[in-house]
Amino acid sequence: MTRRDWLPWLIVALIAAALPWAFYDWPHHRHAGFVLGMLSQMGLMTILALSYNMLLGQAGLFSLCHATFFGFGGYAMVHFLNAAGDNMLPVPMELMPLLAGLASLGLAIVFGSMATKQRATAFAMITLGIGELVATAALMFHHFFGGEGGVKTDRMIDQSLFHLTYSSGIQVYYLILAWTFIAAILMRLLTITPLGRMANACRDNFERAQFMGYDPRMVRFIQFALAGFFAGIGGGLYAITYEIVTFDAVASPLSANALLMAYIGGTMVFAGPVLGAVLITLLQSGVSLMSNSWLIYVGVLFIAMVTFAPTGLSGIILAHQPLWRAGRLSRLAVPYLRLLPAGLAVVLGFVGLVELLSFLTIGAEQGKRLVLFGSPVDSTSAWPWAITGALLLVGGAWLHKEAHRFSRVWEAVTDDLKDARA
Amino acid sequence: MDVFIISLLNGLVYGMLLFMLASGLTLIFSMMGVLNFAHASIYMLGAYLAFETSRWVGFWPALIVAPALCGLLGAAIEVWGLRRVHRNGHIAELLFTFGLVFIIGRSVQMGWGMLPEPYRVPALLDFPLFTLYGLQFPAYRAFMLLVSAGMLGAIWLLLKRTRIGLIIQAALTHPDMVASLGHNVPQVFTIVFAGGCLLAGLAGVIGGNYQSTEPGMADAMGPIVFVVVVFGGLGSLAGCFIASIIMGMVSTFAVVIDASVADALRPFGIALRADDLLGEILTVPVARIGALLPLLMMVLILLFRPRGLMGTRDT
Repeated sequence: MTRRDWLPWLIVALIAAALPWAFYDWPHHRHAGFVLGMLSQMGLMTILALSYNMLLGQAGLFSLCHATFFGFGGYAMVHFLNAAGDNMLPVPMELMPLLAGLASLGLAIVFGSMATKQRATAFAMITLGIGELVATAALMFHHFFGGEGGVKTDRMIDQSLFHLTYSSGIQVYYLILAWTFIAAILMRLLTITPLGRMANACRDNFERAQFMGYDPRMVRFIQFALAGFFAGIGGGLYAITYEIVTFDAVASPLSANALLMAYIGGTMVFAGPVLGAVLITLLQSGVSLMSNSWLIYVGVLFIAMVTFAPTGLSGIILAHQPLWRAGRLSRLAVPYLRLLPAGLAVVLGFVGLVELLSFLTIGAEQGKRLVLFGSPVDSTSAWPWAITGALLLVGGAWLHKEAHRFSRVWEAVTDDLKDARA
Repeated sequence: MDVFIISLLNGLVYGMLLFMLASGLTLIFSMMGVLNFAHASIYMLGAYLAFETSRWVGFWPALIVAPALCGLLGAAIEVWGLRRVHRNGHIAELLFTFGLVFIIGRSVQMGWGMLPEPYRVPALLDFPLFTLYGLQFPAYRAFMLLVSAGMLGAIWLLLKRTRIGLIIQAALTHPDMVASLGHNVPQVFTIVFAGGCLLAGLAGVIGGNYQSTEPGMADAMGPIVFVVVVFGGLGSLAGCFIASIIMGMVSTFAVVIDASVADALRPFGIALRADDLLGEILTVPVARIGALLPLLMMVLILLFRPRGLMGTRDT
């Protein structure tokens, strides 16, 4: 990798380091808790999504137990911190996530040796079973997992390389940021090692990789174990941030989240999952405050991506790169603008219908009043239903037409580009 | 003895219910190579649709209507969803059905709310069939057995004795050859997918009032159905049947065993106390870890026989 390749990393690092100060509450001299919490969560989810993509994107392994290693790292971290609090573990706070990663690495070696004998669908089913096994065990055994209440800790262990106490959120944020970058750089470097290349080869052509004398099972196994290691680092940071680890950290919804983030961001580009992690965390913290049904939006977005854009958001962005280099991007501006109102109508109609429907069954029971797009709406009258329904139907037909026109223009522009090159 | 026989019957009922779900999943999987993650969601949808139908026209029409609707939904998913996604590769298909889990799950919550629905056993079947050693066996469970046995017979007849069954069996292993012989293989895929969803819907109709009809029922049923399919061996209907019955029995019997590994070790003079992790694992009564046993069995069989009980091939 050349020096130029690292420039985007430096920019992202600077932005991430500066962001908390953009929301700093100067009159009261304190950080905005919500923003800081969200940024910390983004860091944790970035590690989770990137390590998940070591399996899904780089090795073609569809795992459904990634949260197992994230959560296990978290549980292990709680016990490490408690031991450090009792002066039994003289390890500085800054190196603690490494211990959590090693704990998860151990677990990933055990489970990986079982799961990586199979591939594709069988692998997915086995990891599903493993994930459920650990999640069920977490509810049953109290000594390690603490049962339903989870295990608690205190992060102020007073062991630090830089004499920090980690009493404030901003110190923890910078710890997360540092480890996110260390983990991301290590994972990026792994992709250019022979192991990373062989993982790609085994994903693309299993038999050929075998003929070349490599054992694809071994490659998958090492990749699986290392992915577990990085997830464990994320889990350790999770335990430091929240000072409590419960069943949620190992349960299947978090595994599903890892998948959603990696796929929506795009699995074929290294930075894709980062994009997905940031976007999903924003959606999660932003939309879930406004609406009960944010999961259905994520689900529909996911299905739409799987069906129409299997390369994810980063893939869509990269598809524009050759046009941008050739200076032809401006020809797409008008077609994009034409797509905008149709797309907006579909989104508004869909969101309106979902909100109306879920208000009838869930919201009304909670005694709330329905507010759609900033104005109160009476869900018992027919008007809102008719308007949103019409928006969805008309917008859908319109979008269909515009999408056809757009794909024609797209093909024409890319054909021109090919001709120009030839 | 009394507990044993009642548990045996209950295990059989539960095992047959599992088979109804797992058989569709196995058929779809072995034929199309698509693992339908939304299978348990269709089961849940079947239960809710049956509840809604039985509110208006009673239980008996619901027994037909709800599975039919689930079958139609399955056909729609296959024609408009999976076929499109098929171009994007194998993992995209898996991911597609995985996305459906979210959408169906949330739609059910949107349509019926978060609380369990009062979906009850029909009055006609709401009586104890017989009393054994003072324990009652409800007639509805006998009816469940009857329905699932009927379904088992119907599947067997369809696959072994009809022309379409012959084509389905051939397409299981040699889809390209079947297509070359002039059969419409995509259409066969649609039929199988719709059929599997229909079976899942039927399981939902008779399972929804046996267990409880609530938004969590898909998540509760999903993993165990996958365990059955893996345990029985991918692509084997007979293995799937045996695995269903075993898992049904294990889940039911585990609940009534109030002993632990430590109890078994005690006669040998080994005394264990639950004050560390290992001690806790060994002293916990089997009844408390009942939910864990099927998963443990799956991990064990994968260690010693990765193809499952009667699996015919690796995937």
